[in-house]
Amino acid sequence: MHLVYPAVLSALLFCTGLYGVLARRNAILILMSVELMLNAVNLNLVAFDVWLSKTAEETLHSGQALTLFTIAIAAAEIGIGLAIVLAVHRDRGTADIDRLRDTAEGHESHEGSAADGTDTDAPVTGAAAEKAEATA
Amino acid sequence: MSLAGAPQGFLSPTGVEIAFLLVGLVTFGAALVTVTTRQLVHAALWLVVALGGLAVEYLLLTAEFIAWVQVLIYVGSVVVLLLFGLMLTKAPIGRSPDADSGNRWAALTVAVAAATALIWVVVDAFRATWIDLDGPAAGSTEVTGASLFQNWVLPFEALSVLLLAALVGAIVLSRKAKTDSSSPLANSRTATESSRLITKSDEDSGSPSSGPKGRGGRSERVEANKRDDRGGPAAQEGAR
Amino acid sequence: MTTTALAVLVPLLPFLGAAAGLLLGRTAPGFVRPLAVLPTVAAFALAVTVAVRQGGGASVDAATELTPTGSVPIELALHIDGFAALVAVLVGLVATCVQIYSTGYLREDPRYPSYAALVSLFTSAMFLVVYSGDLIVLLVGWEVMGICSYFLVGHYWETPEARAASIKAFLVTKLGDVPFLIGLFALATDAGSFEITKILGAVAHGELQHPTVVALLLLAGVAGKSAQFPLHTWLPDAMAGPTPVSALIHAATMVAAGVYFIARLLPVFEASTAAMTVLAVMAAVTMVGSGLAALAQDDIKRVLAYSTLGQLGYMTGALAVGDRGAAVFHLLSHGAFKALLFLAAGVIIHAAGTNSLAAMSRMSNLRDRVPDAYWTMTVALLALAAIPPFSGFFSKESVLGAAEHVTAGHTEHAPGAAGWTVLVAGVLTALLTAAYAARLWLLAFRGRGDEAPDHGRQPLTMTVVLWILAVPSLALGGLAYRTLPDWFDGSALAPTLTTSVLGTGAALVGGLVTYAAWRHLTGVAARVPPGAVAAHPEGDAAQVEAEAIATHAPAYGDVASARDPADPGRLLLGPLHRHAAAGFHLDAVYQASFVRPVQAAAGLVRFLDREVVDTYVRGAAALPRWLGAAVRRAQTGNVQTYVSALLAGTVVLAVAALLVASGA
Repeated sequence: MHLVYPAVLSALLFCTGLYGVLARRNAILILMSVELMLNAVNLNLVAFDVWLSKTAEETLHSGQALTLFTIAIAAAEIGIGLAIVLAVHRDRGTADIDRLRDTAEGHESHEGSAADGTDTDAPVTGAAAEKAEATA
Repeated sequence: MSLAGAPQGFLSPTGVEIAFLLVGLVTFGAALVTVTTRQLVHAALWLVVALGGLAVEYLLLTAEFIAWVQVLIYVGSVVVLLLFGLMLTKAPIGRSPDADSGNRWAALTVAVAAATALIWVVVDAFRATWIDLDGPAAGSTEVTGASLFQNWVLPFEALSVLLLAALVGAIVLSRKAKTDSSSPLANSRTATESSRLITKSDEDSGSPSSGPKGRGGRSERVEANKRDDRGGPAAQEGAR
Repeated sequence: MTTTALAVLVPLLPFLGAAAGLLLGRTAPGFVRPLAVLPTVAAFALAVTVAVRQGGGASVDAATELTPTGSVPIELALHIDGFAALVAVLVGLVATCVQIYSTGYLREDPRYPSYAALVSLFTSAMFLVVYSGDLIVLLVGWEVMGICSYFLVGHYWETPEARAASIKAFLVTKLGDVPFLIGLFALATDAGSFEITKILGAVAHGELQHPTVVALLLLAGVAGKSAQFPLHTWLPDAMAGPTPVSALIHAATMVAAGVYFIARLLPVFEASTAAMTVLAVMAAVTMVGSGLAALAQDDIKRVLAYSTLGQLGYMTGALAVGDRGAAVFHLLSHGAFKALLFLAAGVIIHAAGTNSLAAMSRMSNLRDRVPDAYWTMTVALLALAAIPPFSGFFSKESVLGAAEHVTAGHTEHAPGAAGWTVLVAGVLTALLTAAYAARLWLLAFRGRGDEAPDHGRQPLTMTVVLWILAVPSLALGGLAYRTLPDWFDGSALAPTLTTSVLGTGAALVGGLVTYAAWRHLTGVAARVPPGAVAAHPEGDAAQVEAEAIATHAPAYGDVASARDPADPGRLLLGPLHRHAAAGFHLDAVYQASFVRPVQAAAGLVRFLDREVVDTYVRGAAALPRWLGAAVRRAQTGNVQTYVSALLAGTVVLAVAALLVASGA
């Protein structure tokens, strides 16, 4: 099989994921796009490993080993990422990336209202937690 | 490189190549829909299609073990996790008009430029390179297992430590902020108990399709600690 | 101890007293009064001792050079001749009286420690000026005196008048001091030394190359310090200071320093006929103008201030006709009676609760309230008006006699025109002096109307010094005119018949005319209500005075004059009164000719700086600001934007690297 096919498919998938990371608003959709990018890399690794394992005398199958590692790390990453997104969502009430502009110039003017929001949220979440414990 | 002189060409594709191309087109299309659709849940489902397509591509590349792992982990657990995430962040069902941020044209530009550059380089570099798919499979379970446990044992074990760390991190991150500090001991105990209970109920109700399959596939070829960590994030989301 | 050592101690003691007073003023208030009075008394005693030892004989000279200072050496030099010894005695006497008086006058003033220390420093500086044999050392004392006078004039700095007067005194005297400094350098360059004896020796040998320039430059400084026309305007305004300070400045220090300086360096001035003529004209204008102005003032202290100008005019007039003996004689007698006048005026202001003569003329029994001030002030006013046998008569006659001597053709020292100028102006001023002295006395002590407010008994410290000073006012002239020539140059100071008749006659005429005018206006006075009176019987004199100064302008419409139709001065001056009350509008002239142009120039510079220079600066800042704003817009806080830019850059870099690597 021509090596260009998997390589080009990998490049296209990678750039699709790239577009998703840059263009999507919801944090979870961005995580999906990251998965796409990781898979593109995996495809590349597998394709080249197959190609090299046939041409070389001795091979470590490093491509496939790395692919496995990548998959494991991707699983960990998706767990941590979702935990972060959920924490942000619980804290801010939104998972939209472009609303998290704490580092923006002139953010101070919004900070007061944001602080107020969290202040009013805190007792609510606290009450929710107590309710959850009660039901449990 | 060694097969540079072989009488193969673009105009005479083999069956494998045709299959690869077709599946690749489906995969790419599914990926495109994933990143452009306005329905968030559909995006996750299209992601399943794309990842499944990739698993087929692995099979076509004779890397069967990778293909099954792909199906088990990605399609089985990651997408389920993502769906849980969507659900827990109260993502809207149906079309949401603001799924794309205002950055999309810049993103499109960057992505197209990157794709152009990458494809140009790849095509230019591997124009005359073929993969020899004949002979024994390059990625059968036996070959992969031998290579993994002969040459890659130490990274493999290190990876388990990493997964443990991710597990702990996910728990810490998704823990609720303490509201009452008067009795920390009792409080933490009740919290762990409740999370355990919720985990159980989640596994019972929320993963009828992926739970048995993922767990079974896992324990079949890797060891127990991996299963732990896969249960970890799920437990976390359940606690949420 | 040698005379030199004693003489060194004279300026040193008040200086140490001032330093100690400043250091201990807050921590040990109990020591402040002794520290103020005792060094001054000791310095006075030492000055008397020095004068006795010197005895009018050969001058005591001592010089030591601490360190080489460039081309013209500066030495710590003493030069004590008869002039210096006697002037030092006067300074000591007046300063002692003022310090004792101040302990009562500023009894409750919270700033008394710094006040007393400054008076001590002032005294010390004047002693330095008097005894110094080196012009630079003299200049040090001269300037220290100036600094102290600014602070003391501004003692009531809560009132705007005092602040303005302090700044004005600074500006006007500095205006004179700058040419003075240049003149000193020019003189020293010509003579090759700063030492007075050497300079006088050089002058005697005719080695001075630019006598006119040097003399005129020095004259500017003297005019500023001694408040001669046209730099006299600070002195009447300096009345915003406490009364003891006025007594000190007017009687023995500060204004006397200028006259004393010319007296010391008279040969330098005599070398230039032009300078002598200018001096004579200056003296004449000052004399007559101040006499007229004094007749129109309502503030009792301003009357005395203008009279000081006139008496200083006599002294400079005497110098203009080349008789420094007469000048210093008048300086001594004037110092005694003017100090007395001011200190008595302080008592009167305290008793009356006002500084306005118009208000005092509505009080029927002021003289019974302050009998000490009444009697001593009468003596001092008679001395001021030069009625024989009071001391002012003899000293003034010596001045007029010297002028007459010059007009008679003995013009080896001074031009004849100067003599005539001084003589005519002197006789005219004698008339005016008597007139305003009589006016002051009549208005203050012969008032009719309500009872004066009762401010209790005056402190003993304030009344005793009046009698101490009354003695020389009464007797100094008659006793001393025979012996003083031995101390001075030796020229006779006895009154001559012609000038005596002329001067005394003029004085009598002035006094009688004023009395007649006052009688004529008796009926008018009853119809006009009295003015404002500050009633603080429990407060000390300084508080009453500060309030009186602060309320004069609101109550009477002007700091200097009051709209009182019963004022004999108004009747006598007629249409001139309005101008005389304002000091002949000299302040307005200065305002128009100097202050406004400077303010306009400052406004122009401000405009140029704000609108022109700043425009370039702002223009230069505009481009970076725009760039900054553009860059700032990139900081949206959106992570995706950042990553987009990052990846775009990565792609560009990667493509560039590929192109370079592939040799394209």
